[in-house]
Amino acid sequence: MAQLSSNLLYIAFFIYFAASIVFAISLFGKKWRKSDEATHSKKWGMWGFTLSAVGFLFQLGYFITRWIAAGHAPVSNLFEFTTFFGMAMVFAFLIIYLIYKSNVIGLFAMPVAIIVIAYASVFPSEIQPLIPALQSNWLKIHVTTAALGEGILAISFAAGLVYLVRTVNQEKASKSTFWLEAVMYTLISTVAFVILSLGFEAAGYSSTYQFVDQNEQQVTVEYTLPALTGPTDGTYVSGNEFGPLVEAPAWMKGEKAAHKLNTLIWSIIGGLVLYGLIRLILRKRIGAAIQPALKNVNEELVDEIQYRAVAIGFPVFTLGALIFAMIWAQAAWTRFWGWDPKEVWALVTFLFYAAYLHLRLSRGWQGEKSAWLAVVGFVIIMLNLVVVNLVISGLHSYA
Amino acid sequence: MKKKNRLIVRTAILAIVFIAVGYTFYTNFFANESGIVQAGDQAPNFILTDLDGNEVELEDYRGKGVFLNFWATYCEPCKDEMPAMDKKYNEYKDKGVEILAVNVSEPRLTAKSFVDRYKLSFPVLLDKSNDVTNHYGVGPIPVTFLIDKDGQVIRKTEASLSEEVIDDYMKQIQP
Amino acid sequence: MKSNKLLNMRYEGSARRSQTYRTTIVDKIWNFFSSVKVGIWIIVLLLVASAIGTIFPQEMYIPPLSDPTVYYEEQYGILGQLYYDLGFHNLYGSWWYMLLIAALGLSLIVASLDRFVPLYRALKKQRVIRHESFMKRQKYFGVTEVDDNKVELTSIKEALQKKRYNVKEEDGHLFAEKNRFSRWGPYVNHIGLILFLIGGMLRFFPGMYVDEVLWLREGETEQIKGTEEAYYLKSDGFILETYDNNDAKFKDAIEASGQAAVVKNYQTDSVLYKQVGERIAGTDPELKKIKEHPIQVNKPLKFDGYAIYQVDYKLNELQSMTFTMDNKETEESVGELTVNLYNPEKEYELKDGYRVEVMDYFPDFEFNDKGEPTTKSKVPNNPAFILNMISPEHPDGEVAFVAIKQNLEPLGENEYKMSFQNVDTKNVSGLVVRKDNTLWILAIGGAIFMIGVIQGMYWNHRRIWVRRKDNEIWLSSHTNKNWYGLKRELESVTNQTGLQMPIDQSEQKNRY
Repeated sequence: MAQLSSNLLYIAFFIYFAASIVFAISLFGKKWRKSDEATHSKKWGMWGFTLSAVGFLFQLGYFITRWIAAGHAPVSNLFEFTTFFGMAMVFAFLIIYLIYKSNVIGLFAMPVAIIVIAYASVFPSEIQPLIPALQSNWLKIHVTTAALGEGILAISFAAGLVYLVRTVNQEKASKSTFWLEAVMYTLISTVAFVILSLGFEAAGYSSTYQFVDQNEQQVTVEYTLPALTGPTDGTYVSGNEFGPLVEAPAWMKGEKAAHKLNTLIWSIIGGLVLYGLIRLILRKRIGAAIQPALKNVNEELVDEIQYRAVAIGFPVFTLGALIFAMIWAQAAWTRFWGWDPKEVWALVTFLFYAAYLHLRLSRGWQGEKSAWLAVVGFVIIMLNLVVVNLVISGLHSYA
Repeated sequence: MKKKNRLIVRTAILAIVFIAVGYTFYTNFFANESGIVQAGDQAPNFILTDLDGNEVELEDYRGKGVFLNFWATYCEPCKDEMPAMDKKYNEYKDKGVEILAVNVSEPRLTAKSFVDRYKLSFPVLLDKSNDVTNHYGVGPIPVTFLIDKDGQVIRKTEASLSEEVIDDYMKQIQP
Repeated sequence: MKSNKLLNMRYEGSARRSQTYRTTIVDKIWNFFSSVKVGIWIIVLLLVASAIGTIFPQEMYIPPLSDPTVYYEEQYGILGQLYYDLGFHNLYGSWWYMLLIAALGLSLIVASLDRFVPLYRALKKQRVIRHESFMKRQKYFGVTEVDDNKVELTSIKEALQKKRYNVKEEDGHLFAEKNRFSRWGPYVNHIGLILFLIGGMLRFFPGMYVDEVLWLREGETEQIKGTEEAYYLKSDGFILETYDNNDAKFKDAIEASGQAAVVKNYQTDSVLYKQVGERIAGTDPELKKIKEHPIQVNKPLKFDGYAIYQVDYKLNELQSMTFTMDNKETEESVGELTVNLYNPEKEYELKDGYRVEVMDYFPDFEFNDKGEPTTKSKVPNNPAFILNMISPEHPDGEVAFVAIKQNLEPLGENEYKMSFQNVDTKNVSGLVVRKDNTLWILAIGGAIFMIGVIQGMYWNHRRIWVRRKDNEIWLSSHTNKNWYGLKRELESVTNQTGLQMPIDQSEQKNRY
């Protein structure tokens, strides 16, 4: 059952990939189209939607079979949560597509969902037993609702990105073009990180170092990427003998600081290489390369989709990530609120989208300003998923 | 007229909010919630056994001043004030002031051997389940309650006391 | 061209009350908090402050017993020291953070009142016939030429009613409206938030909140702190279960985690008692059994507004120690004694005139700064005894100092010695006693907030004005959001009635 489950996930992943390509054809492929523009994009858009829906069904199959195999809702660790978040994004996209029939949202939303699911694959995917705190019906209720809310909000990011690519003036370099490229670069470095991690894992790369931490404890760390930065005064123990080239600066404390820094550096370098390659091929900014394909996109409609996704997602997020979270925390941790980092970042996300709505409704922040806010909102959600789980340790670091 | 009403409504709303927030801040940052029994309260009655197994009831001391001290052998400041307490006890016991030293849930043996070593003459009571300690809202020890002849707490102190201070306190509760 | 400029419909074109008055200090404070701009600033400041609080762990999450004055510097270096010096280690309980939350609450009240009242009035007394320029300046505006009465107002009315519009007619003009209630959404959700904040504030009022720690040893009955001495709890045992490391399902994950075992269950089998009748402190309580309940994580024991949670444990705490008294030379034992570490006897009688006197007992032994033997606490973490071993050969006894893995003879060489045999241990449950009388208001506040947000976000307030002018029919329309939905509705209505589809005037302007 567990094997079937992971196979279904692979299939879903590749179908999503195909769907993205089909959405790209619906927008880019106008040069070799035989039919007129509207029919072409309608036809290919329908295919894109169908593929996305089929992929979603496969992933739903993964979810159900894994649930059966594990005996509990598969949302209990980082691998499971991140995959589910990707699935929630696809689900949100399907709904938005049914309302607005917008292919260009698919072109941006599906690849983001793919990156999210790919990122999930970096985490250990074994079926884990539930620790006592997680043994509750609220596990499935709280986590799925929160992830669905985040998935819908992620669609507003996709729409915001479309808006920016469509409208930012690419004729000359500006702050807007720089930050837009920065967003592209971040997405690309995530891809690079996944490729590197899976590549070295497939090659069986591993090296272990030993060092004394600030509590005078002997600690060993395992590197699955070649060690560029090693722990202070660390000694090589076993495995591949490369590196470390330099020691992590002494002010970086914490047991895994050097290891985390190493991962970060690999992501940055990998991202730079991949981004550089793409720029070399395109010979212009990525935003500028995509822009022509979007010239017929109705920017006002995209702006509305972006806002609509927030309008739909904000209540779902609040319900799942704050209200259900509080009900569960009252039962499991004796208090509904305890300023745990994950809790705080859910509040930060809530406050951010509250500010977004007030800026939009009362101060008229629409169009580009609103689109940038949608991008920042997604950055906050990803920070909560990535940084808070991996860097800041708290009650939620189960993985 | 309309304008005046509006001002009244606004003032009322702001006043309510400021008072509520002010009170919250007061209780959170300034209020002293260190115990249940405070100066001015009637000292709650209790019955405990002393080191020899005799029952001692607080109410039987009505008409006398009671120097009620909470202590333990692991508490250094408690130990420090013991010799002075003993000295003053012998001075004031004929003047109607009694010391009751409640040991906070240590084994009888530990308390007894400590009392023998320090040659203490005042009664030491054993609060084996922390019952009286909790009832009086005693947190970190030592804590001393000064109870007057009418059974009213006139002072609560959490400091380790010197001989002069004990003398002064005994005078305060001398009937 | 003036008519091309679209009308700002946010507050129905009417000025907010607060902006028209500016006199006393009360009005000045009021106007300050009435501003949405100020409200957004408060939200942003709260957001940034909250985020800063997660950079390093808050004081409540650093390891217990560690000293915060050095912990932050030791763990996080200069930045940690700075964090501590700025007071960020206790950010969420700081006066300025609480002041920000209070400011948010005030802003919610004032800004909502200032907007709700005029909006309510404006929407209540809407005229059916609007001025021509009002219609022209709506986003969707269209003119249809009609000869005679081909397009009947009644058919438009019916088409709109079929779309669930509430249609009013006056002098051959129409005004259709639906989902006005969604405009109240923001105010409803603000009421919910205000209730929630009031709930948070109530916590600081006496008697609203109880939070106590209760350590309960197996077999013991303890008064439950915070219940005003009304309840007692007994532990019938603490259970710690782990997953089977060879479980087919979880084997891989447990191996990969590197942990020796993964915990499956923490449980205290408890019995709840109520104290009946009057009682003087210090006397034994008269207990009535209320219920038995296995307290597990996620399954607290609930009674009378209280809840008791399983949060911690200590395994194998010393309970009693067993020794034998042996002749050192012959290794022969003259008897055995078991000492209850919570209440040792004064004397242990062995056979044939042998006995052991306990001269002193230190449950948590150490030497103090004066070099005297003393105890650190009352918990027998490191029990030590001074014993007097009485035997027929030594009727006055031989003194021995006995501690864990230690045997001293302070008064000279002894003939007898105490040999440690074994210990008896018990598990201790770490429980938390909670009572939170603010939960109901928080729940109501949260529910109202959700209703308000959904009401405001999932419905849209749509209005359509139809005006007859000579042989033209004018149609204009407005919605507070989801213009795409409105457009589709207009398409459907115009299709049915033969009217011209109104033009999106903002789109006309924006095209390039």
